Amino acid sequence: MLSNTEKELIVQIWDKMLPVAEEIGSEALLRMFTTFPKTKTYFSHLDISPRSEHLRCHGKKIVQALAEGARNISTLTTTLAPLSRFHAYQLRIHPTNFKLLNHCILVTLACHMGENFTPVAHAAIDKFLSAFSAVLAEKFR
Amino acid sequence: MVEWSDSECSTIASVWCKINVDEIGPQALARVLIVYPWTQRYFGAFGNLSSAAAILGNPKVSEHGRTVLNALDKAVKNLGNIKGTYSELSQLHCDKLNVDPDNFRLLADCLTIVVASAFGSALNPAVQATWQKFLSVVVAALSSRYF
Repeated sequence: MLSNTEKELIVQIWDKMLPVAEEIGSEALLRMFTTFPKTKTYFSHLDISPRSEHLRCHGKKIVQALAEGARNISTLTTTLAPLSRFHAYQLRIHPTNFKLLNHCILVTLACHMGENFTPVAHAAIDKFLSAFSAVLAEKFR
Repeated sequence: MVEWSDSECSTIASVWCKINVDEIGPQALARVLIVYPWTQRYFGAFGNLSSAAAILGNPKVSEHGRTVLNALDKAVKNLGNIKGTYSELSQLHCDKLNVDPDNFRLLADCLTIVVASAFGSALNPAVQATWQKFLSVVVAALSSRYF
């Protein structure tokens, strides 16, 4: 459940991240691949070495999708329907991996925002990421 | 049997020596109580936990945060036997405190995020990975005496 204050905070934060989407997204992915190496198994078709074109491009896509979701929180299921189908029928990622990326997104935000990543902001973003992941995994079975 | 490379040992020691326990401990505990409110169930005697502000200003939370983080020192100094080091603490959390061990991981994650806020880019992906490997061994050790 997200309060109105939390929804505003989420939009504010992702709006700030959009201009640096490549940096934030690729860093979150790199953190995930380094801390949880099993996640690399889903990316054997890409060059995911640090600062690679693929990593930056894919990171940017993720942050853009999150920012889009943030602006449409009350209609996440509709907004994310294509992505949801893609994750269910093509990517078929083991659902536990969403939590791993979510955690690394939080760590990335904390590193970049420092003390501005307050406990209240952390809680709001964590709840948003959980809701986002739940929609992405909705069609899995 | 957990194995640590020389590089991992020195990374863990280096992160630990930069952590100000008096600041980071209270912040980490407050954060887990705010972000994962069900963890408040174990702190009924701590007084006012009714809002983020109350939790952040609660002296019992701060004191306990310092206690918890100070206890990590033993693991840093005994990387070769973290499981043995925390055997009694694990029994305490199971038998007396009745803490669901799934919550240990949440505190570890919040600690990592507080450290990330304080360290910024110094907590780079490689350092994060080593730090999290260390915390996952600590969490496993604290969960080891649950039967």
